[in-house]
Amino acid sequence: MSLIIIFLSSGLFLGWSLGANDAANIFGTAVGTKMLRFTTAAVVGSIFVIIGAVLSGAGASHTLGKLGAVNAIAGSFTVAFAAAFTVFWMTRMKLPVSTSQAVVGAIIGWNMFAGRATDATALTKIVTTWVVCPVLAGIFSFSLFFLVKYLLKFSRISIIRQDSYTRVALLLVGAFGAYSLGANNIANVMGVFISVSPFPDVTVAGIFSLSSVQLLFLLGGVAIAVGIFTYSKRVMMTVGNSIFKLSPVAAFIVVLASSLVLFLFASSELQVWLSSHNLPGWPLVPVSSSQAVVGAVLGIGFAKSGKNIDFRVIGRIGMGWIATPVVAGVLSFIFLFIMQNLFMQPVFA
Amino acid sequence: MSLLFSQTSQIEGDIETLLDSISNSVMMFSEAIKNYLNDEYDIFLKRMQEVKILESAVDELRRQIRYKLYTKMLIPESRGDMLSLLENIDNVIDTTEEVLILFEIQKPKFPKVLNKDVMDLVEASCKAADFTVMAGRGYIKNSDMINDYINKTYFYEHEADKVENRIKRKLFGSDEIVSDLAEKMHLSKFVELISKLADDGQDVCERLSVATIKRSI
Repeated sequence: MSLIIIFLSSGLFLGWSLGANDAANIFGTAVGTKMLRFTTAAVVGSIFVIIGAVLSGAGASHTLGKLGAVNAIAGSFTVAFAAAFTVFWMTRMKLPVSTSQAVVGAIIGWNMFAGRATDATALTKIVTTWVVCPVLAGIFSFSLFFLVKYLLKFSRISIIRQDSYTRVALLLVGAFGAYSLGANNIANVMGVFISVSPFPDVTVAGIFSLSSVQLLFLLGGVAIAVGIFTYSKRVMMTVGNSIFKLSPVAAFIVVLASSLVLFLFASSELQVWLSSHNLPGWPLVPVSSSQAVVGAVLGIGFAKSGKNIDFRVIGRIGMGWIATPVVAGVLSFIFLFIMQNLFMQPVFA
Repeated sequence: MSLLFSQTSQIEGDIETLLDSISNSVMMFSEAIKNYLNDEYDIFLKRMQEVKILESAVDELRRQIRYKLYTKMLIPESRGDMLSLLENIDNVIDTTEEVLILFEIQKPKFPKVLNKDVMDLVEASCKAADFTVMAGRGYIKNSDMINDYINKTYFYEHEADKVENRIKRKLFGSDEIVSDLAEKMHLSKFVELISKLADDGQDVCERLSVATIKRSI
């Protein structure tokens, strides 16, 4: 069991890092501008991340599984470690990086090492989604900007009432954002461990049951929550005060737009509903919440005037789509080689 | 949740009352000066007392609002702007009280030929102050009219400046109206004090225009 915990540690570290960094995308402005207390944000964020991960995490994980089902626990450890190391190293080098893209690169590295063919259809779906994600977040925030502006103009509420509503809205949208983050991004944290999950299915007090995969996601969700509690405050203060200096209402729009995108790419229920009504669906894929936020901020920028938009941001995101998976893939291949030949652990079955 | 919104209604009500009191004090100020110039000294004193009472009530209300804003609600960014608005709009009622008290203590002797000019000045200053209160209300109520009110405040502040200079030219241009330099200086000081009401309004509006831009999404 202790060996299993050690092997899961790289995934848990990815989860911690996700909680530390991405919770700021959801609650950054609200906490950074002291609209919400950090403790409130952390408690709400943690609860909803875990609920999202356990209840709706399966969809996006399934797509990652199609790309490459890592089938030995040492292999899963190494793939998650390569992704985590890529995120850590590229962040230190101040390069744009996303966990979602690092994990995909690392899985492809495993496919190459294990001599498995990468499913081109799954890969195309995933890469297309990366491009669609910030664009869609931008379209959502662009539309929401005018909707909210219209509502504020015609509702004629006082600024005091507006501020009260905004504060509550930021908390609610934060809960939704955390749920969507858990649902969409748990695949990055625990996706590579699904085929080798060491947990049995359990029934809790005869009331509800959790599958082996849900237990894995619960563990990943807890790791994300630990990341939120231990390290995200620092990131939130930075986000709130410097990088994206947004008005509280704009912050609400950005969080809602980016959370909607993460929700759309994670919700199996929505897919079922769409297909039952003969409507076209889309792939459930882990996407980058940071890139969704950047897309949403740009959407507001366009809605305001289109001036003062730093188009280099778009270039940097595009560069990340290529650089991150390539670096993660190469590192994954090297680490798997070391794991197999130096530590004598089977990395694929 | 309902507790949060009931406090919101309470603060909204307090701010409404505060702005109403300032508006009343401005009307009272105009009438009091008219009474003074028309030698209706008793009525002047009565109106001055009423302004004093309004001013004390506004001070107390402002303290309560400040406490509630800081402890209970409001987005920190707008909290600062809101408090700065309340502190500055309070200067308007302070000036009405201060000027009336100085009239009572120093009893300036305005020659009757200047009465119309002084009342023109009072009217322009009070209109600037009135539009300032409307702009403050517009800011709090998220009204589209706020820029209109700010522009009108600036217009009447400019008008007040013109009348102030006109009166000073009449005072200092010749010795026909007032011959004594000390008296000229004395009356000139009162003209400046009445005009200060419009200047206070302008200060508030300058802050309001920045605060309004900050509140756009």
